[in-house]
Amino acid sequence: MIDEGLLKEYKGKVPEPLLNDFRKHATDFNLNKKQQKEVLDKLLERYMTSKIHPGEAIGVITAESFGEPSTQMTLRTFHLAGVAEANVTLGLPRLIEIFDARKEIKTPMMEIHLKSQPKDDRELERLISMIKEIKLSDILSEISVNILHMYIEVKLNKSRLRDLQIKEEEVLKAIQVSMKNIEVSEKDGLLIIKPKLKEITLPAVYAIKEKVKLAHVKGIEGISQVLPVKRKDELILMAAGSSLKKVLEIDAVDETTTISNDIFEMVRVFGIEAARQTIINESSKVLNDQGLEIDARHIMFISDLMTTTGGIKGVTRSGITGEKESVLARASFETPIVHIINASLSGETDYLNSVVENILINQPVPLGTGLPSLVTSMKKEGGKKK
Amino acid sequence: MVKYTYKKIDRITFSLLSPKMIKKMAAAKVVTPELYDREGYPVDGGLMDIRLGVIDPGLRCKTCSGKLKECLGHFGYIEFARPVVHIHYVKTIMTFLQSTCNDCGRLMISAEDVLKYKSKMDKALERNDTTTFRRISKLVRLSSRNIKKCPHCKTKQFTVKLEKPTTFMEDNKRLNPIEVRARLDKVPDDDVYLLGLKAEHARPEWSILTVLPIPPVTMRPSITLESGERAEDDLTHKLGDIVRINQRLFENINAGAPEIIVEDLWDLLQYHVTTYFDNSVPQIPPARHRSGQPLRTLSERIKSKEGRFRHNLAGKRVNFAARTVISPDPQIGLNEVGVPKQIVMELTLPEFVTEWNIEWLKTFIKNGPKIYPGANYVIMIDGKKKKISAETQELLITELSPGQIVERHIVNGDIALFNRQPSLHRMSIMCHKMRVLPGKSFRLNPAVCNPYNADFDGDEMNLHVPQTQEAIAEAEILMEVQTQVMSPKNGLNVIGTIEDAVTGNYLLTKDLTMSKEEAVQLLLSIGVTDTERLKKFKANVNGKEIFSAVLPKDFNFIGLCKSCKKHKVCQGKKCETDSFVHIKDGQMLSGIIDTNTIGEGNGTLLRDIHRIYDEITTVDIFGKIFRLGIAFLAKRGFTVKTADADMPEDVQNKVKVILDLALADVDKFIAEFHAGKLKPFPTKSLEDSLELMILQRLNEARNEMGTLIGKTSRPGNSTLVMSQCGAKGNLLNLAQTAALVGQQALRGKRIDRGYKERTLSLFKHNDLSPEARGFIRHSYKKGLNPIEFFFHAMTGRDSLMDTALRTPKSGYLYRRLANAMQDLKIEYDFTVRDANQSIIQFSYGDDCLDVSKSDGGTIDVKKIVSEVAGKND
Repeated sequence: MIDEGLLKEYKGKVPEPLLNDFRKHATDFNLNKKQQKEVLDKLLERYMTSKIHPGEAIGVITAESFGEPSTQMTLRTFHLAGVAEANVTLGLPRLIEIFDARKEIKTPMMEIHLKSQPKDDRELERLISMIKEIKLSDILSEISVNILHMYIEVKLNKSRLRDLQIKEEEVLKAIQVSMKNIEVSEKDGLLIIKPKLKEITLPAVYAIKEKVKLAHVKGIEGISQVLPVKRKDELILMAAGSSLKKVLEIDAVDETTTISNDIFEMVRVFGIEAARQTIINESSKVLNDQGLEIDARHIMFISDLMTTTGGIKGVTRSGITGEKESVLARASFETPIVHIINASLSGETDYLNSVVENILINQPVPLGTGLPSLVTSMKKEGGKKK
Repeated sequence: MVKYTYKKIDRITFSLLSPKMIKKMAAAKVVTPELYDREGYPVDGGLMDIRLGVIDPGLRCKTCSGKLKECLGHFGYIEFARPVVHIHYVKTIMTFLQSTCNDCGRLMISAEDVLKYKSKMDKALERNDTTTFRRISKLVRLSSRNIKKCPHCKTKQFTVKLEKPTTFMEDNKRLNPIEVRARLDKVPDDDVYLLGLKAEHARPEWSILTVLPIPPVTMRPSITLESGERAEDDLTHKLGDIVRINQRLFENINAGAPEIIVEDLWDLLQYHVTTYFDNSVPQIPPARHRSGQPLRTLSERIKSKEGRFRHNLAGKRVNFAARTVISPDPQIGLNEVGVPKQIVMELTLPEFVTEWNIEWLKTFIKNGPKIYPGANYVIMIDGKKKKISAETQELLITELSPGQIVERHIVNGDIALFNRQPSLHRMSIMCHKMRVLPGKSFRLNPAVCNPYNADFDGDEMNLHVPQTQEAIAEAEILMEVQTQVMSPKNGLNVIGTIEDAVTGNYLLTKDLTMSKEEAVQLLLSIGVTDTERLKKFKANVNGKEIFSAVLPKDFNFIGLCKSCKKHKVCQGKKCETDSFVHIKDGQMLSGIIDTNTIGEGNGTLLRDIHRIYDEITTVDIFGKIFRLGIAFLAKRGFTVKTADADMPEDVQNKVKVILDLALADVDKFIAEFHAGKLKPFPTKSLEDSLELMILQRLNEARNEMGTLIGKTSRPGNSTLVMSQCGAKGNLLNLAQTAALVGQQALRGKRIDRGYKERTLSLFKHNDLSPEARGFIRHSYKKGLNPIEFFFHAMTGRDSLMDTALRTPKSGYLYRRLANAMQDLKIEYDFTVRDANQSIIQFSYGDDCLDVSKSDGGTIDVKKIVSEVAGKND
């Protein structure tokens, strides 16, 4: 039995997760009240001695914790995560991508969770077909240019259409919507695509033919692949390509758990806290895959730093470093001339309260043992008190 | 006496130099391009004028009368005949020309807008928010551009264009710098502010130069070559050009030369001034030496890795450092470093003379600089440094008095910082106690190789001797090896036993007994002198008892071995593989010691010792465990031999069966593929699916062989023993040497490059069989055939390239991370803040726990609970 009254005394002194651990193990070992007190006292003592010291240069430690293992990572971009799953960027390139806060990532992916498990394969397939982008080229069996009439003839793959549950009229409409300068009609089971140009030349028709092939017919644009994957007991859909907004519009999709690996997409749709969690999850994924053990605190710390302002700042010269207050700190990183010139124009002052500036001018750095300072007035060299 | 300076730089403000300021701070006006007269003496009014400082020994500066090294140098100036544009301010000048009226000089936005923007910018400035300040001023810039008519004086405006790099065109007419300057001059201070400049620090017209500061000669020293010739600095060359053209321009103007000639000279002057500031401006040919090599002028001196910032300011050179090759010595302590005598006699330690150590220090002076342990210098009370030599020795000894400083040689026990590059984490620089050893290399305990990432294949390391008491104390308390056992990266130990020491302890604690004599001998040889404990040994001593002898008497520990089968309910002492390590009151009751208990990274036993006992005991026990392993292994004998990879006939047959089965399967896959019967994986193409299936099947076969060899090997096979206890190697290594090397994978696929549709010309086109795609069916021991060898070399080269390409990439990522995060610290209220005092986290990592003080990231509550529960048993 856990003595809740006793436990309450330690709340706020010892972090909650540790108390939960205690609750679990104390029950397992069936400790009596005296023993419980002893354990909690010991735990409190351990916690107090394990607390981090004020003045610790935690930023440098975190940077080291990432920098050192990153030299051991593989450069190989793609990784076959099992047979059924698609290729994802992993390793050092992905880590760089995350910390750079790139707008365009190499392999955007969505993890689509469903509100209820699909009953059978047909339902699943229907769902997939709603998400996966189908282009004209996926459903045609023949496409050719009729030189005589200067138009394009498209013969659709009927069986494929049936499989995907698309009607021919839908195709016709979709093509008409997705391209401007054409006129689509149907004749003898063929789709006739007439270019609407001032001057119809053969090369122009050919160019349109190539474009029409990529015309969007069904699904969500930019999603090239959708894979059903079993995760524990749940069936989820892994989609290559990211378009959260449109996916969430689908009724069967569970909007509380569906996520993307694109950080900016997550900010746009779910907000900054979700983006912070995405940074944490994505970088942990890379590190786990490489078999590197880095404490969660470090990963959290970087994500917090990248998202504190409410927007996403990358670890780049235009991101975190570029927005530092100190001119010298910015100048010592990259493009020193630009920073100095701009500083001189706006008459910026460097108050020398961080690290590099003080190294540059040979003064103690305000971190660790350099942090404490005296609050009393000192005797001046002459002997008089200030 | 040492003189202390209490002065401290509080802040640095950047601003533009006004012409007035340039003249005011100048010590001389430069009027002639000549440098020296016929005697080689600097010309007055020349670029090497001695009013600008001295670089020759013997000469005295005319301004401050200081000698070389005493005088820091003084600025001079030259007056331009015609003004020129400063290349780095061209953008600013452009903004002003575009945003202000060509007649009245006012900013071309309405009066209300002026007020609106001004209050916003004032507010931003109050908050010290330069980002917002810049953003608003950019807004002003954009809204005042391309306006046809000035809102104040209604003058018609023309578009101003920039012809790169330095020519301004208005309505297709050239605006010369005089005209530009006149316009900028008219802009009122308030409007200057709205465009992002602070008038007291930077007036726009100052960016058009009428005078140019000449940097002091000390900043551009000339070098005297062996031939006695002088080679001037790049900057002096460039300044010479400027002065020369400027003089010619003056003369031509005064002589009333035609406008074209004056213009040409003016442009030439502009070119020289531009390249003086920046010699890598696009559109401008860089100024070159006579040899054709481009000059390194002001911007180039500041920029990049070799520039002033990163090379000289952020990274500094130090004295009292040594570097040499490292070699191992398990007999010295973990926190010791063996230092050669030669180094120890060169690196000294300043020791204050007091009445208590004066006699001791005299013995050092008596030995002098050539006999160890001696001393090299004595620093007198007035700060003068006196060299100790045979002549001065006597006098210095008699005059030695408290307050003086003796720079004595290093003795055993002095501390030093030891470092190996690349210094990727804080364990790359640790504090060691020095120990003078014969030889010429640094000696370190192999247990600390891991934090340094060092090996002994020719690695060199650096040693620094801290020179002040403050530095010594800090190094000792914060950086000594025993304080760095736990990594702040993941809360695991970075220091642990490695290689032979692991094997030794493994074999020792695994079913072994020896006679009492042998056991005592072994333990005494590694420095266990607890005779009381040794006396208690019976005639035959168990290996576990021997190991127990190095542990403290009150040590309790429970852990698991590498061989643990992970039963659902732990079998405890009855474990059939003896995987339950139990130590009670310093006595090892069951289990086998291996990397899981004493290795690096996951050495649970080492971590517990580190947590419970003080640091000196910890290092002592670490060292003893290490030496025990090695000493035992040396006594027992341990050899890795080629015969380790020998297989008995029946195993060889089994290997063949496994291989044949796998190859048959692969053939089947290929046949199915060609017949079109192969069922592809969802969303994978047929070809990719085939590749995947083959790769999986072949790797499966290789793993099977690994387990087969692990099972059938002769017990006591040294290679196997090493892999079992985690000292070195794994089953795959053994399988590759004994059975087969297996499929070579290039970028996650089988090898499929080389010739068109085939890997080598001796294969048929589109041959998908294993041997044509990089499968190696021979073992390393049997030897590879030429084709296999070639494939093996391919993957070898690929991994080499991977490393070579990765290092700079990850290095740059690290540099960026470090630069972005260097100023983040824990405050006294346990919040994490940056240099600006803005909060990043309210409590570090949500629980303020220091990872390097935790047990793998948390506090192990279960351990505490079981400790308390176990006590009452």
